[in-house]
Amino acid sequence: MGRAGGPAAPPWHSLPDEVWEHAFSFLPADADRGAAACACHGWLRAERRSRRRLVVPNCYATDPRDAVDRFPSVRAAEVKGKPHFADFGLLPPSWGAYAAPWVAAAADGWPLLEELSFKRMFVTDECLEMIASSFRNFQVLRLNSCEGFTTAGLAAITEGCRNLKELDLQENYIDDCSSHWLSNFPECYTSLEALNFSCLHGEVNFTVLERLVSRCRNLKTLKLNNAIPLDNVASLLRKAPQIIELGTGKFSADYHPDLFAKVEAAFAGCTSLRRLSGTWDAVPDYLPAFYCVCEGLTSLNLSYATVQGPELIKFISRCKNLLQLWVMDLIEDHGLSVVASSCSKLQELRVFPSDPFGHNGGQVFLTERGLVDVSASCPKLESVLYFCSRMTNEALVMIAKNRPNFTCFRLALLEPRSPDYITRQPLDAGFSAIVESCKGLRRLSMSGLLTDLVFKSIGAHADRLEMLSLAFAGDSDLGLNDILSGCKSLKKLEIRDCPFGDKALLANAAKLETMRSLWMNSCSLTVGGCRLLALKMPHLTVEIINDPGETCPVESLPFDSPVEKLYVYRTLAGPRSDTPDCVQIV
Amino acid sequence: MAGLGFEETELRLGLPGGGKDAEEAGSTVRSSGKRGFAETIDLKLKLEPASATAPMAGDEQVADSVAAAEQQPSPAAATAAVAGDGQMRRSPSQSSVIISSDPEKPRAPKAQAVGWPPVRSFRKNIMAVQADKSAAALVKVSMDGAPYLRKVDIGACKSYGELSKALEKMFSSSTMAGGSQGIMNDESKLVDLLSGSDYVPTYEDKDGDWMLVGDVPWEMFAASCKRLRIMKGSEAIGLAPRAMEKCKSRS
Repeated sequence: MGRAGGPAAPPWHSLPDEVWEHAFSFLPADADRGAAACACHGWLRAERRSRRRLVVPNCYATDPRDAVDRFPSVRAAEVKGKPHFADFGLLPPSWGAYAAPWVAAAADGWPLLEELSFKRMFVTDECLEMIASSFRNFQVLRLNSCEGFTTAGLAAITEGCRNLKELDLQENYIDDCSSHWLSNFPECYTSLEALNFSCLHGEVNFTVLERLVSRCRNLKTLKLNNAIPLDNVASLLRKAPQIIELGTGKFSADYHPDLFAKVEAAFAGCTSLRRLSGTWDAVPDYLPAFYCVCEGLTSLNLSYATVQGPELIKFISRCKNLLQLWVMDLIEDHGLSVVASSCSKLQELRVFPSDPFGHNGGQVFLTERGLVDVSASCPKLESVLYFCSRMTNEALVMIAKNRPNFTCFRLALLEPRSPDYITRQPLDAGFSAIVESCKGLRRLSMSGLLTDLVFKSIGAHADRLEMLSLAFAGDSDLGLNDILSGCKSLKKLEIRDCPFGDKALLANAAKLETMRSLWMNSCSLTVGGCRLLALKMPHLTVEIINDPGETCPVESLPFDSPVEKLYVYRTLAGPRSDTPDCVQIV
Repeated sequence: MAGLGFEETELRLGLPGGGKDAEEAGSTVRSSGKRGFAETIDLKLKLEPASATAPMAGDEQVADSVAAAEQQPSPAAATAAVAGDGQMRRSPSQSSVIISSDPEKPRAPKAQAVGWPPVRSFRKNIMAVQADKSAAALVKVSMDGAPYLRKVDIGACKSYGELSKALEKMFSSSTMAGGSQGIMNDESKLVDLLSGSDYVPTYEDKDGDWMLVGDVPWEMFAASCKRLRIMKGSEAIGLAPRAMEKCKSRS
């Protein structure tokens, strides 16, 4: 502070904004910045003007123009649209989540935008064209689980974005217009660092791809589509040995010693390879060609690999430094026990069902055993997604005891309402153990036979839980009430086929405004209940969603008409105006 | 398969989307039995998803229910999966509402609720494509004495028993199309192809060798079978000793 003889230092609260902006740049999380912005007008001003990265988890929570106005200096924006259950076909295709208004607002207010990510949104070719022409320093485009665009839109991006570093297309539905999007990268263009076109179905010009890969010396991530044969993958790797992340193309070919040698040599050169994925059509003969990279791998996604048996296990057992493993249940209990003993650093495990609908007669020997083994032997394991056909309370209790450090636990028992297969009891005790033991649990998906009892535990213990997914669970409104009146940190709740009605919702209406969203389908809700909820909570949008072709105006329906699908979310923008006929906002 | 009267002998209530019958029941799809691969494709294309995030998601439900129906048709499956054109996804939701009033009652085993198990549509599509690829294992089948060759989808069969049934169907109908009583005699010889009749099923494997059907596990057979030949027992000399014994024991 000021001393006699020197100039007085300014009181801290009148320091210029730039100082605060600089200070805020050290705040790691958006939530922290948001909290800082609430402190006083000065901080609000400084924070919002210096915000560089904006995440909008629900595109309808605000008007895009308001978002752009409030944060004028954003360089990277991520916007998410449809609710999670859209992934399972529960949302009508015309529901909404259009990217166009966001692109338009960004083009207007964020000319210096460098990064744009959309997840579960409807993105058109016009959007992509606008992106290509509006941001002179555009570098990163990520589209995840989107639809509505074609390769013509991609062509606009590759042609127009001279500084493009990353084009990440993950699990989108893209119409192939045979547009030569890849060829549109100019010959002088060398700045590509990440390219993921694994979800494209069509052929790409391999010569063009090869030349692109050759001249982009900073290319770190390359995820190919299924149209690229193994031979060509090997050739590409020769050109890009610096690669860190690889998604293979068509990993299937008749065994040929020459091809094997070529693949092996190509991988031997990739000493930086850390992450491996792809659509593998199960050719165990070629797995040994990868042995040289196993030691270095930290992430392995074999979730589309139908290879099974000893070759698979041998391969995975060599990957001693794995942090993340995604695999099919073809690995079976035996394979997971090998994983347990080999991959001691494992943090995340996902096991997907090879036969979710039981066509092949359920021959897979993956049970609760595998998960118990992995949880017992992998001390760092904190995130699990596990599809299997049977579970016991005892196993869940053991898992909970072994791994109190779970942050994400998702168990999907294939048959709805499956009880403990030994005692025939509900799995209440098991899941209760999980939430009681795992104090840091942020995400939970439950399945199997569950009564209201388990919800008591969850409401009481799951203090950090942010996202909860329920299916075919519970007995009554008490269950839902326990969740909504507890779970202090709950942000997203998605429920299907549970006997929950209006009462619990109405009793906890205020809670819904502290959450991002609530999804319920095939429960016991009524039109009247939803109307009441909407009346009570003006800052919530209450959407009643019907199947397309069944659009009966809600006003004409009696109070106790059942509501098949409900989506409730908080918003600053009021009811949206782009609803299709099958969606009604009460 | 077309044009041989095979379809005329098959119990059907009409194709989905093909008229009023389609609305009637999922039994339309159920009784389709083993439709050929091409017809499965037709079913997929004909039925538009009632509502689905992704274009294929709904189709996959149909394909799933068709396949499920082939294995274990059950009333629950029919109502849960397909109730006809444009109604694919209402039934399970509606039935869910009903069931939810009595949650103690377990669902019928093969009832498929929409979106359950929670496998992403994108993943389902890729797996379906992979399954299709392995399913498109159409191999030529020749039977000694039959006027022309047939093709059978080995990928659609999951076991030797199913293959045997498929071959029986195939060759019994081809003889019936001939129409004469004389040919019907041949049909009786087709009974129990795989376990000791006058006919011995053989196949040509990847290496070009002719082998006896049934020795190796099904998966191994399906992966290596290039074509099938149903030989008259008397000609099956020179194959595995078992075949020889079969011929001798029948004299």
